[in-house]
Amino acid sequence: MNNNRSMKDIASRGYAHPEALVSTDWVAEHLHDPNIRIVESNEDLLLYPSNHIPGAVQVDWTQDLNDKIQRDYISAKAFTALMSRIGVTPKTTVVFYGDKNNWWACYAFWVFQLFGHTNARIMDGGRLKWEKEGRAMTREVPSYAATKYPKVTRKDAPVRAFKAQVLKHVAAKGQLVDVRSPEEYAGTRMHMPDYPNEGALRGGHIPRAKSVPWARAINAEDGTFKTAPELVELYQKTNGLKKDKPTIAYCRIGERSSHTWFALKYLLGFKNVKNYDGSWTEWGNSVGVPIEK
Amino acid sequence: MLDRLHDTLETFATFTDTADRTSLLLSYADLYKEVPASVATRPFDRSHLVPHCESEAYVWANKQPDGTLKLYFAVENPSGVSAKALAAILDRSLSGLPPSEIAQITPDIVEQIFRQNISMGKGMGLMSMVQAVRSLAKAVQ
Repeated sequence: MNNNRSMKDIASRGYAHPEALVSTDWVAEHLHDPNIRIVESNEDLLLYPSNHIPGAVQVDWTQDLNDKIQRDYISAKAFTALMSRIGVTPKTTVVFYGDKNNWWACYAFWVFQLFGHTNARIMDGGRLKWEKEGRAMTREVPSYAATKYPKVTRKDAPVRAFKAQVLKHVAAKGQLVDVRSPEEYAGTRMHMPDYPNEGALRGGHIPRAKSVPWARAINAEDGTFKTAPELVELYQKTNGLKKDKPTIAYCRIGERSSHTWFALKYLLGFKNVKNYDGSWTEWGNSVGVPIEK
Repeated sequence: MLDRLHDTLETFATFTDTADRTSLLLSYADLYKEVPASVATRPFDRSHLVPHCESEAYVWANKQPDGTLKLYFAVENPSGVSAKALAAILDRSLSGLPPSEIAQITPDIVEQIFRQNISMGKGMGLMSMVQAVRSLAKAVQ
């Protein structure tokens, strides 16, 4: 019954694609569903080993999703190997959750879209809500039989923007969303508050980008996404973003902006939104690109 | 001298495998004990809050009758596993030493302890925890 009520709550928020979210109740009732794979993705590598949702596997953004040598995501071959290791087939519904209000869960979700695994969801509220509700957690690391995931091709174009595209987008006066902190946007700081400076040589933002820090899309008390009317107010009314115009979101390395990408694409139904993962660590170091302060 | 801390760092140095190091860190996190009510109660005095630590860690350094320091910690973020591990390590390695010795520790021990297990947001906060202990020790020398 709780499951129905909480999923109805998500359905009642007016999202364009409410099916992209599942509730903690829903997850609790599908812990043993063989068609569901629960995936935890965190920034803090100690969190999953310390405890996690029973049956959940870990997908780590550095170890599993990023290429070890060059700045890029894993190859299609590595992705199929990852899917095999965590026991996922194309028919498996992958439910992501994690720390920091699902920031890294959305990042993993976005990377999965590069490989076309659209059968994916985000657990609304993430690890914070699960913990606050006092739900079961374990240190037991599950083991699933390896699957044979079919060969895939990585298709960046639908969801990923590169610097050259962003330059054209800027020249065409396209809309951009800068999801970093206001201080980073203003160029008064080169990194997130309390995070190390990762070496951008210039501060500021991409011309005409709107400043909408990513966390404004969530309710701080439980990490759930705000309702569609609240998101419309934030992105469309206050900041003038149009859902039918091509939109590029960026941050520092593309992780915070994947959270905003998710909100714009799935919750508000923006037709063409991409994540620029080169973000400020590329733009702020590039020679000759336009910058505003 | 800082023998216990050096022993701890040497132990961590032998754990080159990520999974083994993770287990060792978690074993320390399990040893974490919150500051007793006899020392501090909520709401904790903000002057003991470690700056830049997203785990909302607090630290106290109380001088004992023999002139040594006893360290106490509180980590308010339930997800602050790394902070709890570091708190337990610092307490076990440094409590019972004179302030002049504790004042010699440097934040680079965080990298030696956590290595690949350190996350972007944690590093600064953990180093601030070490710096806070150092500052408290210096203040009572």
